[in-house]
Amino acid sequence: MVSMEFIYLAIPLSSLLGALIAGFFGKQIGRSGAHCVTIIGVAVSFVLSLIVLNGIVNEGVAIYNKSVYTWMVSDGIRFEVGFLIDGLTALMMAVVTGVSLMVHIYTIGYMHEDPGYQRFFSYISLFTFSMLMLVMSNNFLQLFFGWEAVGLISYLLIGFWFKKETAIYANMKAFLVNRVGDFGFLLGIAVILMFTGSLDYYEVFDRADVLVSATMQVIPGMDWSVITLACILLFIGAMGKSAQVPLHVWLPDSMEGPTPISALIHAATMVTAGIFMVARMSPLFELSSTALSFVIVIGATTAIFMGLIGIVQNDIKRVVAYSTLSQLGYMTVALGASAYSAAIFHLMTHAFFKALLFLAAGSVIIAMHHEQDIRKMGGLKKYMPITYWVSLVGSLALIGFPGSSGYFSKDAILIAAKNADVWGAGYAYLAVLLGVFVTAFYSFRMFFLVFHGEERMDEHTKSHLHETPAVVTVPLILLAIPSAIIGWFTIDAVLFSDFFDRAIVIFTEHGAMTAVADAFHGSASFVLHGLLPGPTWLAGGGVICAWYIYLKKPQIATDLRNRLGWIYNILDNKYYFDRFNEIVFAGTARGIGQVLWRLGDALMIDGLVVNGSARLVGWISSVARYTQTGYLNHYAFAMISGLILLLGWVVLG
Amino acid sequence: MYADWPLLSLVIWTPIFGGILVLFAGDKEPSGARKIALVVSLITFLMTLPLYTQFSTSTHLMQFVERHEWIAAFNIEYYLGIDGISMPLILLTSFTTVIVVISAWEVIQYRASQYMAAFLIMEGFMIGTFSALDSILFYIFFEAMLIPMFLVIGIWGGANRIYATLKFFLYTFIGSVLMLVALIYMYAQSGSFAIFDFHHLKLGLTEQILIFLAFLVAFAVKVPMWPVHTWLPDAHVEAPTGGSVILAAIMLKIGGYGFLRFSLPITPDASAELDWLIITMSLTAVVYIGFVALVQRDMKKLIAYSSIAHMGFVTLGFFIVFRIVNSGYGEQGAALALEGGMVQMVSHGFISGAMFLCVGVMYDRMHSRQIADYGGVANTMPVFAAFMVFFAMANAGLPGTSGFVGEFMVILASFKASFWIAFLAALTLILGAAYTLWMIKRVIFGEVANDNVAALTDINKREFLFLALLAIAVLALGLWPDPLVDVMHPTINNLLNHIANPKI
Repeated sequence: MVSMEFIYLAIPLSSLLGALIAGFFGKQIGRSGAHCVTIIGVAVSFVLSLIVLNGIVNEGVAIYNKSVYTWMVSDGIRFEVGFLIDGLTALMMAVVTGVSLMVHIYTIGYMHEDPGYQRFFSYISLFTFSMLMLVMSNNFLQLFFGWEAVGLISYLLIGFWFKKETAIYANMKAFLVNRVGDFGFLLGIAVILMFTGSLDYYEVFDRADVLVSATMQVIPGMDWSVITLACILLFIGAMGKSAQVPLHVWLPDSMEGPTPISALIHAATMVTAGIFMVARMSPLFELSSTALSFVIVIGATTAIFMGLIGIVQNDIKRVVAYSTLSQLGYMTVALGASAYSAAIFHLMTHAFFKALLFLAAGSVIIAMHHEQDIRKMGGLKKYMPITYWVSLVGSLALIGFPGSSGYFSKDAILIAAKNADVWGAGYAYLAVLLGVFVTAFYSFRMFFLVFHGEERMDEHTKSHLHETPAVVTVPLILLAIPSAIIGWFTIDAVLFSDFFDRAIVIFTEHGAMTAVADAFHGSASFVLHGLLPGPTWLAGGGVICAWYIYLKKPQIATDLRNRLGWIYNILDNKYYFDRFNEIVFAGTARGIGQVLWRLGDALMIDGLVVNGSARLVGWISSVARYTQTGYLNHYAFAMISGLILLLGWVVLG
Repeated sequence: MYADWPLLSLVIWTPIFGGILVLFAGDKEPSGARKIALVVSLITFLMTLPLYTQFSTSTHLMQFVERHEWIAAFNIEYYLGIDGISMPLILLTSFTTVIVVISAWEVIQYRASQYMAAFLIMEGFMIGTFSALDSILFYIFFEAMLIPMFLVIGIWGGANRIYATLKFFLYTFIGSVLMLVALIYMYAQSGSFAIFDFHHLKLGLTEQILIFLAFLVAFAVKVPMWPVHTWLPDAHVEAPTGGSVILAAIMLKIGGYGFLRFSLPITPDASAELDWLIITMSLTAVVYIGFVALVQRDMKKLIAYSSIAHMGFVTLGFFIVFRIVNSGYGEQGAALALEGGMVQMVSHGFISGAMFLCVGVMYDRMHSRQIADYGGVANTMPVFAAFMVFFAMANAGLPGTSGFVGEFMVILASFKASFWIAFLAALTLILGAAYTLWMIKRVIFGEVANDNVAALTDINKREFLFLALLAIAVLALGLWPDPLVDVMHPTINNLLNHIANPKI
């Protein structure tokens, strides 16, 4: 029996090894060498992750919490790199490596003509490594490492096609907006270190009472609770990574990158790091209902308002991107409602069906010769049957069709939001309930416009339309299966067993999860319950509206847009966030820079002080030069005058 | 086994005499001069390694000490020794000099032997500055190293080099004259020029404040701190690549080193009294200079401003300690801040050196430093682009690179001093990324901007070598900083104990 320690180490390192070989020796091993080595690496990670998950679920393997090596010791504080393997970690590892493996295989088909083939494989394997380090961490330092490392790879991959101006703008924007979040995150880590003296999760959680009793005067005269401050700062980091309003602006633009990474990084895994982090920090967040209120309000706002934008998007990937934002909002609402396990459960089901939807969109994009405008599609069902059916599965899961994976996780969130008791929960429940309708509406608007109705593409494209090859469709099918059924089989284990014991802490006064448990009497009855009037009917209404407006009577869509032009404009401009940021933040920063440089450095310091004093010295010497005339009588005159003055001073003074 | 070798003297005088040897080799056969220079720099580097391997981490006392009478009339000694704060900087110096020699190989055709000689001699002076324990000896090395740098900029510099050299010289000279006055005053009080005698010299608060200000001017100019920083962008822009590398990687560190060796231990009470001044200047460097860097059009100026911002963390880390100790939350964090400042110095040596070398690589091909003249370099120089993006990320403080470590330590520690100090310092996360990545976007990414970029050839083996060496250093320090931090503990703790005791 191989020791577990070895397995834990091998999981991230095999992905890293694949990435390094493909990255440094890409030329030598060629294209097939690159995809073989990286796929093997990730496959090993995936299989080992399943073994670990199985061990925890079925064999009761104890929680592992040990350091791998000491990064640094300073001031008595140990900064370590180490692993904490419990149910939460194991689940994340399986999801990350599983989706990553599918995306690796899919990439063979999607990128096969791209000159940067090896580089791409190297990046996505490196991403898998970084994400694994993030979720496996047992301390804040390594969490931050993984956090920034996935951000770096996201940067590299959004800008993968670095000749494209929009792509290199989008990747810089993504990095900088994430840095705003990381700014809060780092300060949050600083609060925790300074009050608990440790960065180790368990040690910090054990000393959390220090954070509760302490206060800090951030603004003079106002005592702020340190635990609230710490949690909100940490959550600002999550807002960046998990794209919550107002730090969501980077995610839609990140669609400039190749589609496989939209699926892997910007839907299934990296963007859920914020959700994971808050769940991991549940022993801290539970201590501050103010922070939980903050979380739930931000999440609810993201869930509903980003969903609304999805209705007016015409780029197939952007519709899915706004849907991702909205679903991340759902997860955040669950966090704020103290239903951390429901958030993680939705994270898991969402990872499958959203990766599926993105990869299916990619399949459509390949077939359409890189056309992404859904107004130029239509009737693709008969050309691409596999893509059609998996898209239907994904869409049904997304809208929460009874029995699908998304149904279980979303309904759990709805129940939790309804029963949450923190301030702002009422607003959140309303938002996620309305969101159900909105989700169904935009999802099936896209679905109908792409696969049904009139064929609006040009003749040339139409003549080449055909189903994508097996490297594309096989991952789609493999993702469609869990999207359809995984909820049914896992809800009991994930939400109501002791799977997350110790990993997730919920205080008894936060009763949302208890309410979910009370409502649950087995998967079958849970599904039957969904057929009663309630959210499912809202989703059905959304689908019917979409069908009526976009298939049955397309004239209505045009009429509505004309009639409600101002709403359309607001949505089409995404509530003007981008313009505001460009003018206020980017513009002001450049303005301040110019002023400080031109006025501060050039005019004041250099002009006035440095060159000014040089000129002053020059002027004094030029004046002083006149006294050095070289004529003896001038010197004699000066000497006598001086003597007289001196004598006069001595005599008279 | 090295215990009775005068190792420090060897690493000081080998490059100096080696440099003179290179001068005599002359320019008739420049490849000969280059080879001698490389051998000398390598030998020096190898000789500095025992300083690390034989270094004892169990004592704060000076190691590798050499002490001889020199000018008996004034009690001036030839007194050398190193501890945990000077040793890493000496290794940094000898490593960087090797890099500079390799980087200048074919690039410098004009008076190549003199160029190499200048850097070797400078190396000796810089190591001397870091290891001198007699203040007059320190002062002599401190001043002497200006001369080769002055010549390097003045002879191999750009079009506006005369203005830049004068500005550089006057700024640093005015600062060091005041320091000399302070040293002589303390000699008059103590009858000795040994730095440790100054450490234990009782001084009243007024005396301390005057001495502190004299040192401040000297060291703030070197670091450089806002508002005495404006010589640096000009000097960098005009300096040849090697000059910029040494300037950024080593010379600036002498300012930071001076604060630790002189200001804090000699005038602890004045330091505590005036810490607000240094903290303000440091934060201004981080924020104000961050904004200024954002709008630069010349790559070297941008990196120069970025250097000033990064060095702000060094001085912030050094002078935040009084507030941490008095925060009421315990003393933990003070050593973290000091060690963070030290790590930042070493890391900045690698990263800024690498960034200037990157600009140098492009300048050698395009003869322009203007961002607007570039665009899409990744298309024609993919390997180089990978290096440049890597170093840019290190410059933006990405975890896993050395650029993260020091900033991380200082930001964590400064939180204890004040939420707002940490807040302003942490703004570097955003500003540093903004100015660095915006430059990368405009220079490296995008379509090929013009015919000159289209004609670029990727880096050769020599360029690959020195960039790879620096990349390894940046990565190693980022992934495992403990070997560096570990050697500092006794020295830093001793310093903290020392400054905790008022002198008045």
